[in-house]
Amino acid sequence: MKIRAQIAMVLNLDKCIGCHTCSVTCKQVWTSRQGMEYAWFNNVETKPGVGYPKDWENQERWNGGWKRKKNGKIVPKQGGRLAVLAKIFANPNMPEIDDYYEPFTFDYEHLQKAPELPTAPVARPLSLITGRPMEKIEWGPNWEEILGGEFDKRSQDYNFEAVQKDIYGQFENTFMMYLPRLCEHCLNPSCVASCPSGSIYKREEDGIVLIDQDKCRGWRMCVSGCPYKKIYYNWTSGKAEKCIFCYPRIEAGQPTVCSETCVGRIRYLGVLLYDADGIERAASVEDEQDLYEAQLKLFLDPNDPAVVEQARADGIADNWIEAARRSPAYKMAVDWKIAFPLHPEYRTLPMVWYVPPLSPIQSHANAGAIETVGEIPDVRSLRIPVRYLANLLTAGAEAPVVAALERMLAMRIYFRQRQLGEGDGQAVLAQAGLSVAQVEDMHRYLAIANYEDCFVIPTSYREDAEDAYGLKGSCGFTFGNGCDFGPPHSTLFGGKMGRRKLNPVRPLDT
Amino acid sequence: MLANSYVNTLLFGVYPYICLVVLLIGSLIRFDREPFTWKSDSSQVLRKRELQLGSTFFHYGVIVVILGHFAGFLAPHWAVDWALSPVAHQLLAMVVGGIAGFVAIVGLTILIHRRLADPRIRLNSRKWDIAITFMLWLQLALGLLTVPLSAFHMDGELFETLTGYVKGIVTLDGGAAALMVDVPLTYKLHVLLGFTLFLVSPFTRMIHIWSGAGALSYLFRPYQIVRTPKTRAQEPTRP
Repeated sequence: MKIRAQIAMVLNLDKCIGCHTCSVTCKQVWTSRQGMEYAWFNNVETKPGVGYPKDWENQERWNGGWKRKKNGKIVPKQGGRLAVLAKIFANPNMPEIDDYYEPFTFDYEHLQKAPELPTAPVARPLSLITGRPMEKIEWGPNWEEILGGEFDKRSQDYNFEAVQKDIYGQFENTFMMYLPRLCEHCLNPSCVASCPSGSIYKREEDGIVLIDQDKCRGWRMCVSGCPYKKIYYNWTSGKAEKCIFCYPRIEAGQPTVCSETCVGRIRYLGVLLYDADGIERAASVEDEQDLYEAQLKLFLDPNDPAVVEQARADGIADNWIEAARRSPAYKMAVDWKIAFPLHPEYRTLPMVWYVPPLSPIQSHANAGAIETVGEIPDVRSLRIPVRYLANLLTAGAEAPVVAALERMLAMRIYFRQRQLGEGDGQAVLAQAGLSVAQVEDMHRYLAIANYEDCFVIPTSYREDAEDAYGLKGSCGFTFGNGCDFGPPHSTLFGGKMGRRKLNPVRPLDT
Repeated sequence: MLANSYVNTLLFGVYPYICLVVLLIGSLIRFDREPFTWKSDSSQVLRKRELQLGSTFFHYGVIVVILGHFAGFLAPHWAVDWALSPVAHQLLAMVVGGIAGFVAIVGLTILIHRRLADPRIRLNSRKWDIAITFMLWLQLALGLLTVPLSAFHMDGELFETLTGYVKGIVTLDGGAAALMVDVPLTYKLHVLLGFTLFLVSPFTRMIHIWSGAGALSYLFRPYQIVRTPKTRAQEPTRP
């Protein structure tokens, strides 16, 4: 056994209000640059919907993630090493920018400079790729926001697999939820496996997956290799970029920007200890529906003295082991089993987990008696079909999702009964398999969500990681060789960064 | 003019070494000093349609052509003679090179059309992106023109001369340039443009050829890569 530690994230979808603050703050900090306008390291999708980029969950089309061969070995679904190299000249599995959306701005200048006209001047959309006017904006970020568009289109959602989706097109039966997405910082990342130049790596000490910008050659195989489509090709710099899990903040013990700014306090960050030797075995289990359990088994109990001893032997610092004991991620994923990986069937063993959302009891039940199972309302009468959530979170296995939803309902019933003096709630706890201590904890973490409970992030030993003296007085994070700001220096080698200046916007005839 | 012995020595005796030195030293400096600019510079994300066919045709064709040049010119006599007569050798080069060169030029023509006709690509091209594609097209065209020319010299003698020249350059034989004096103009231009491509490579996207060869190491590495703080600390910190 080889123990490693990772900072894992859990998102409580039950509380996500879809405000996009995470996406916007992330964009402001990391991707508000030319070449990355279309890229959102963090985005929030309304589900059901085809998502961003369009249809990303359809791996028959994009061939992301891993596939298990007959002999039990796994290879990237887009092909083994030779097949990847053979496709290097034109990657057939790579989305085009229109699959995300063509980035645009508006011709605001025209509003001020237009001559006197019989009608009010209009700010027409301008493509940020060409600088030219666009006839019509066909797609954009959050095009499907809050079920925008026709049911026919959004019902192409892959998660309707084995769901009688037609009835959810009717207004009375419609349902929706938000799904914030970012890089999963997988234990078995297929982007790393797909990179011909070996530029993508996982950091041993905190599990963050990064792209070495100096080593990336722009072969684009990671873009198609990642089943979550969370690697973006920067069309200006010619390099791939991805969510960096705000590693400079994580190293300093601070939460990521998306977590820090989350209005609904739905995000949790904590240490998970796992058995690195078991990764390949866990990712290769035969039945896709066993992948969730297999990954769960990799996580080690930080209160087990044998685990602690081995962790110390493997070089994990004491403050990390202590953080693992207080980890909200461990509590939610392993202890309470209310958090799940996103699409475990991709076999990447993702490390951003989700608490499924509760939803209103459907109206026909609401009118009369609520269907209950014992003390708890039947979760199958919730508006969001259990099978839909299971397709999203457990490769279609409904039992774990049902158990999680029941526990969350049980917590509510327990507190309601106690609050209103309707009982001691013991029966409902027994049915959900929770102890009083657990349910009190769940309430503290899920409902109150104190900052210090949500984010238990040990600082890293920077003195080991970087030569602080060398960095003293330098310009921090840059692209290219040196500081990004100031007048560009001339170079013999293909320009400082990117391939062009911003194209002058053509004057419009109006 | 190209036949003038002074100019001939300059173009075929000296110029090749200038080009090769710039190629090697220039690439090394760029790799070392400007690693962030070292990339294939793909524009696939902006437009996939024509690239799929054009890029695949061009690259596979040109790889066969380049490997063919290496094998044809640099393979020592003892490695070839037991299997092929000079005539058969020349015929093989003409057929394989002709087919591969044709595939490559078809692909490159598609790519040039894409680069110039599609505003997304055109407006995001550097001057050198366009210049280098035309240079490559011209080079492929010159190379293909030599195929029918060679058909008039089926005795293998001209090929022997050219092979002697390339081997002379590689082995630092000062007399190599003299071999080029009586070679037809098309061959001369093909050789000169070829060395010029070497010359400009370090300053253009052509450097990705080195990495393409380097990417073969992917075949032999484990899928997963983990970096520890220790291995990262050993990397140079660039301010």
